Amino acid sequence: MSDETTTRHDGADRARQEAQQRRLDAAWETPKGWRYWSAVNNTEVGVWYTATSFLFFLFAGALALLMRAQLAVPDNGLVSAPLYNQAFTLHGTAMMFLFAVPIFEAVAILLLPTMLAARDLPFPRLSAYGYWCFLIGGIFVCGSIFFNAAPDAGWFMYPPLTTDTRITGIGADVWLLGLSFIEVASIAAAVELIVGVLKCRPPGMRINTIPLYCWYVLIVAGMILFAFPPLIAGDILFELERLAGWPFFDPKRGGDPVLWQHLFWIFGHPEVYIVFLPSIALLAMIIPTFARRPIVGYSWIVLAAVGTGFLSFGLWVHHMFTIGLPAISIGFFSAASTAVAIPTGVQIFVFIATMLAGRVTASTPMLFAAGSLAIFVVGGLTGVMVAIAPFDWQAHDSYFVVAHLHYVLIGGMLLPLFAGAYYYFPLMTARKLSDRLARWVFWLMFAGFNIAFLPMHLSGLRGMPRRIFTYPGGMGLDWLNLASSAGAAIFAAGVLLFTWDAAWGWRRRANAERNPWGAGTLEWLNPLPQPSCGVRSVPGIASRYPLWDDPDLPRRVDEGREYLPDAEEGLRETLVTSVLDAGPIQCLRVPGPSFLPMVAAILTGAVFILTTFHLYWSGLVFGVAALFAILAWLWTGTAMVPEKQAKDVGHGTRLPLYSSGPHSVGWWAMFITMTGDMTAFASLLFAYFYYWTILPVFPPLDAAGAPLGPGLLWPGLALAASLSAWGLMLWARRQNAAGRAGGLRLGLLLSALLAAGSAAAMLMGPWQAGLQPETHSYPAAVWVLLLWAAAHYAAGIVMQLYAVARSLAGKLTREHDIDIQNIVLYWHFAAITGHVTLATVALFPLLA
Amino acid sequence: MLIYNRKHADLWTLLAPPAIWAIHFLVCYAAAAIACAKAEDIFAGLGGLRILILVVTLLALALIAVAGLQARRHWGFGTDDPPYEQPTADVRQHFLGYATLLLCALSFVSVVFVALPALTIADCR
Repeated sequence: MSDETTTRHDGADRARQEAQQRRLDAAWETPKGWRYWSAVNNTEVGVWYTATSFLFFLFAGALALLMRAQLAVPDNGLVSAPLYNQAFTLHGTAMMFLFAVPIFEAVAILLLPTMLAARDLPFPRLSAYGYWCFLIGGIFVCGSIFFNAAPDAGWFMYPPLTTDTRITGIGADVWLLGLSFIEVASIAAAVELIVGVLKCRPPGMRINTIPLYCWYVLIVAGMILFAFPPLIAGDILFELERLAGWPFFDPKRGGDPVLWQHLFWIFGHPEVYIVFLPSIALLAMIIPTFARRPIVGYSWIVLAAVGTGFLSFGLWVHHMFTIGLPAISIGFFSAASTAVAIPTGVQIFVFIATMLAGRVTASTPMLFAAGSLAIFVVGGLTGVMVAIAPFDWQAHDSYFVVAHLHYVLIGGMLLPLFAGAYYYFPLMTARKLSDRLARWVFWLMFAGFNIAFLPMHLSGLRGMPRRIFTYPGGMGLDWLNLASSAGAAIFAAGVLLFTWDAAWGWRRRANAERNPWGAGTLEWLNPLPQPSCGVRSVPGIASRYPLWDDPDLPRRVDEGREYLPDAEEGLRETLVTSVLDAGPIQCLRVPGPSFLPMVAAILTGAVFILTTFHLYWSGLVFGVAALFAILAWLWTGTAMVPEKQAKDVGHGTRLPLYSSGPHSVGWWAMFITMTGDMTAFASLLFAYFYYWTILPVFPPLDAAGAPLGPGLLWPGLALAASLSAWGLMLWARRQNAAGRAGGLRLGLLLSALLAAGSAAAMLMGPWQAGLQPETHSYPAAVWVLLLWAAAHYAAGIVMQLYAVARSLAGKLTREHDIDIQNIVLYWHFAAITGHVTLATVALFPLLA
Repeated sequence: MLIYNRKHADLWTLLAPPAIWAIHFLVCYAAAAIACAKAEDIFAGLGGLRILILVVTLLALALIAVAGLQARRHWGFGTDDPPYEQPTADVRQHFLGYATLLLCALSFVSVVFVALPALTIADCR
């Protein structure tokens, strides 16, 4: 379109634009009244998510104040030891699982679509489901302290303290089941965010021009897929030990408490970086804006994000330096722990270089950014100290470590988040937070933090262990602790002032103008307050800072001259583009408001909560109900058959409305989910082989002196049935591609039958061999692997029957084959799980 | 092959060098853990294990070097300068090559780091 044409504003053109805007507004309208809570759009869910995780932050902070009040003076009797135990356990748990990780997901759900000029993320109902899971699980875990039933064994829940149900009550179950439930939400968010970054960018936003925040989100979401599943696997083993007496961590029966430490920290250490990187990512957006220049060393940030993402998985044992591992093992982790300082340092230098090369304007977000770098550098340096094993042996479990981890987390995660809050607040509310109050907030927090945590280095070096509820006077700890408590109160005052401003203060201020900070990235493209449809039209992008490089862009977007300027059919639509070069490939219809995600989350939550209280039958009933809720949601909201094949999205581009296989976002989501699932499976396999390394005889011998095992017959039958079921799935897909619906259904049904037979034969093996899971870690490990595989087959059978129903309803056809493509993909993963399991449990006893 | 003769750089070639680091790390850790868990005498020398670690380290470094050569080619041998922000397929390729080259350097150093303990620690104590 030429310039003369675009600048001609005749009446007809304006009328057309207004009609388009009305249709877009109608399609994306936020539900009113009580139906507001059925909203699934990122603008609503993101705000709920952010607010909820911030409330959990305040709750966990209140617990910290309680602890600091107790420790202010020696021999204090303010809090009892049991309550103190619950307070520090819940403080750590809530800060990590209910604040640090969820707020990343919350902010990413909120910001990502605006950064990508997308109308929404590809699976809005999944985001909503994740949010409701998080809310329910969080209230369940936090609420337990009001019933004196909170977990009380430290946020990493080490057995054997925690596996002994006589010492640790229901609190341990609350922790395990409540948090497992929340981890589901994290994995849901990871799927959403990866697909969002890779497939929902604006046309032309090639991989070398995406906002740096997106690089971080991509890496962090990928890390979640490899970090959270080991913990889920660990939780499963743990609950089986607590509820059913399977001795995974009990040395008397062949178990080992150290296995839990491995599984926990394979999750726990990457998690530090999972919370750190997204906050640093906010700085990578903020600093260029205020330095008034593009980031110096974009590629170096990519190096740092990817490098840290990988290296962070080689650090987990540095939490276990004191448990007596061989020096050579410790050496590997010590080396990786020091190596990770390289990419972390690169990021800091990139930020400093950007500030030096630009002309920095003073502003509130930059104040917090500068403070965060100062604090984080101190935390990083003590990190290098504790990465050196001999020093760690002295400092381990002392207040030195408490000081170190708070310097890292508050400097690396919390203060950047506050910088981000000040920076992005206008995006949510159209108003800025107060700069005057912000200076108070910052200095209260910064000073309070250092007054609280700097002395802890010293109290730690003077021998004060963490997690003690009191200490005797006259040990050189009195003044240090009093200072820490005073600092904590000052810090809290800063947080409260911020909370007041963010909750009420902003309401009395005037609206900010469009792009209030003069930023260059797309999240500032829209007028404020943002319309609920997001961008008026989706622009083609040709640079990293399009608002700086193309000042005419907002006008073209506002006038609807870019892609998808209309919602002719009254449906919610967004663009899907290719991974590397963001060429437009599909116009994706996303589902609108629905209570189904909330209902499904409530029912899923009920399963976990009832299981906590050992109400298994009620749990089962709710489990079935949850399954039907999820099926109803899938049936009504996914793989919808459009009324036409393709539509015009502007700029003469015609895009399909339906894509399947690797072209569809659903296929990617399945692939990503199953990657995470495979990580959990790998963790269970790790457990099996771990027992082999620590036990002198594995598998144990039976009375006749032969190794125990499920035998070869039943595993062999299971394998044969499974191979046939897998092959039939491929055959069914081919039948569908040939347009033979009958063949498709026959293949699916036969495959389901064989899969059921395979799952049954899997479980028959150890049953026939008389393997008793309560007696020893070996039979328990065999059972858990086979149950895991069988459960995957059961889920696969539900999918097969669902596909048969979809085919009968005419929703799964030759042209519209998303369902069968995704289910076959699922079966690839399920079959690999099953076959590796069978090979391991049947063949390993022969080799060992 | 992913790290050798791929025509176009993509996210998989970008992730390959750190993935080599991860595999090297896992092999070293698992081999040492098994060797020491199964060792009869923790004072006995770990000759075999240390040779194994040397071999896998040299292998990993060689693979990273190969990936680095490919990345250098994708980078266009540095014919244009950073920041690689032009919206063209060529520049995108150069950008991915450059980022991969940086990751090769980091992975190379990190592999050396991880192998160092085997240089000085000779038994399972």
